[in-house]
Amino acid sequence: MKIIVLIKQVPDTSEDRHLDSATGLLDRSSTEGVIDEVNERGLEVALQYKDSHKGTEVVALSMGPQGTSQALRKALSMGADAAIHLLDVNLSGGDAAWTSKALSAALKTTAFDLVVAGNESTDGRGGAVPAMVAERLSLPLLGSISAVDIHSTSVTGQREVESGTLSVRASLPAVITVTERSPEARFPNFKGMLTAKRKPVKTLSLADLSLDPSERSAAARSVVVSVAARPARQAGKKIFDSGTAGVELAEFLAAGRLL
Amino acid sequence: MSNILVLVELSTAGNISRSAGELLSLASTLGTPVAVLATPHVAPGIVTELGSLGAQHVFLGQTETEPMLLLTPQVEALWQAVQKFRPSAVLASSTIDGREAAARLVARTEGVLLANAVAVRFDGERIVATNSVFGGSYSVESTAEGGLPIITVQSGVLEGRAPEVAAHVTVHHLTLNPEGSGVVEGSTAVVASSRPDLRTAGKVVSGGRGMGSKENFALVEELADVLDAAVGASRAAVDAGYVAQSSQVGQTGVSVTPELYIALGISGAIQHRAGMQTAKTIVAINSDEDAPIFDVADFGIVGDVFAVVPQLISAIRSRSQGSS
Ligand SMILES: Cc1cc2nc3c(=O)[nH]c(=O)nc-3n(C[C@H](O)[C@H](O)[C@H](O)COP(=O)(O)OP(=O)(O)OC[C@H]3O[C@@H](n4cnc5c(N)ncnc54)[C@H](O)[C@@H]3O)c2cc1C
Ligand SMILES: Nc1ncnc2c1ncn2[C@@H]1O[C@H](COP(=O)(O)O)[C@@H](O)[C@H]1O
Repeated sequence: MKIIVLIKQVPDTSEDRHLDSATGLLDRSSTEGVIDEVNERGLEVALQYKDSHKGTEVVALSMGPQGTSQALRKALSMGADAAIHLLDVNLSGGDAAWTSKALSAALKTTAFDLVVAGNESTDGRGGAVPAMVAERLSLPLLGSISAVDIHSTSVTGQREVESGTLSVRASLPAVITVTERSPEARFPNFKGMLTAKRKPVKTLSLADLSLDPSERSAAARSVVVSVAARPARQAGKKIFDSGTAGVELAEFLAAGRLL
Repeated sequence: MSNILVLVELSTAGNISRSAGELLSLASTLGTPVAVLATPHVAPGIVTELGSLGAQHVFLGQTETEPMLLLTPQVEALWQAVQKFRPSAVLASSTIDGREAAARLVARTEGVLLANAVAVRFDGERIVATNSVFGGSYSVESTAEGGLPIITVQSGVLEGRAPEVAAHVTVHHLTLNPEGSGVVEGSTAVVASSRPDLRTAGKVVSGGRGMGSKENFALVEELADVLDAAVGASRAAVDAGYVAQSSQVGQTGVSVTPELYIALGISGAIQHRAGMQTAKTIVAINSDEDAPIFDVADFGIVGDVFAVVPQLISAIRSRSQGSS
């Protein structure tokens, strides 16, 4: 079994994140990049299968700027066997459709049984790239699943949608996306960190994928028209409860016609 | 006027989801609303209902009953409808189904995804979608160049209703290849709650890890009920099993913009604030005076929820008794 885990490096959600007001693109200088938490969980799903099925190969694939290699190193130290870094100036600032085109082209360069992605990224929140990849590769998609169970020729999971929960199955090869209800990821251990240095990281450019940069300029794309920052919220009144705070709050709510 | 396709979602029980009305209403401000859905059952009631929500046309992709394919029929129905109606935009709800169907349609049509819109308008010749980024810290307007705009729209942010019409219906038999699709093997519907829906509620009462246990979390629900509010939660409260995941507010949960948001025993981590800081009025009760939730609260109480909330509930009850 060969499992490819799609990993995105994103600004740490625990810090303030910023957009460049001119381009609407992420200001990468303002925050540190980390592996998106949901992608660590995706990697964990693959690694747990590997733990119990010898001979499983787990490959981390990420498209992103130079610094993305750190995220891939971390994936290797957690237990991935190899990594692929899709790196090209003509990839930066690409929208979901272009990103999915490049990732699909990279996936075509390698054989695999299963692609594991996150249900949505914490920076884009589009929840779109994996579905586009599945469509471009004509593969079945099981999106937003938890309780993932990988079998030799199929994969199953529970998909929680707004109106209920579905039990879903797809035959392999397939694309799945996992949610944050998947188990928390393991930490890299000392041995993992040492061996990570010797594991292969392959860098692919657009030329390696036979993708022409002019395809991007010719392609349909989303264009930012305006960016406006919302002023930060101001803290209001703060009281210490001395036994009557509940009554005071009821008065505050009544005064604001909120009762 | 140009056609605007709307993906209509059906619940696991087969009912038209609430987002259909919102989307058809938005579509009517942009062009001629065309409802698109895929189902094995062609119930005439559905067409009438969609007409009453403003759909001029209903494109119904009919599928086989078995196997029940995951979302592939919806994508195929949209794809067929795009070819038949040559729309100037496609709208889907920003739900799990809507986002995946929209993304797959983008790949199939080489269109453009405008994700998680909170507003959509015509700006002269082009469609402009507004979205709210980083928990409402930024508002970004985008448009599509060189391809069909396929827009996912946040539920609960739109108001209004399209005029009622008698819809024309086209039934199209969908031929699908089960090989390339996920299959639904079973489903359980969520038990309908009598409480307001979290996404659209005017008031939300949320509880966090500070509630301490599932039993104690009942206090959050009790306050929600006296205020006729929806129940929300932090991720820590969901992880601890106090409440269902569908109640999670924040970065990876639901984003809410109610008139009133009350946070009980929630520290106010940045990921939680990302889902509620655009509320009109924020109230927080927390025993830690340094909790970051107080930075965004209009009214903060440093105190014990188990002392303050019962007093608040009885104060509200005696007020409403006094006024009636
Ligand atoms: C990628 C990512 C996404 C995330 N997404 C979300 C998200 O969508 N939503 C979300 O909420 N979190 C999210 N988180 C988690 C977030 O970082 C916090 O861990 C979480 O919000 C904490 O929940 P809490 O405030 O309930 O718990 P805690 O931080 O443990 O706070 C509990 C609070 O209760 C107070 N308290 C305790 N007892 C009492 C009492 N008797 N009376 C009054 N106050 C009391 C304490 O003072 C404390 O402030 C995310 C994290 C990551 C990394
Ligand atoms: N640049 C990227 N490189 C690798 N994987 C990605 C990239 N962008 C998105 N993905 C995958 O797609 C998932 C959903 O991302 P998004 O569609 O941006 O919300 C992520 O969790 C990743 O698994």
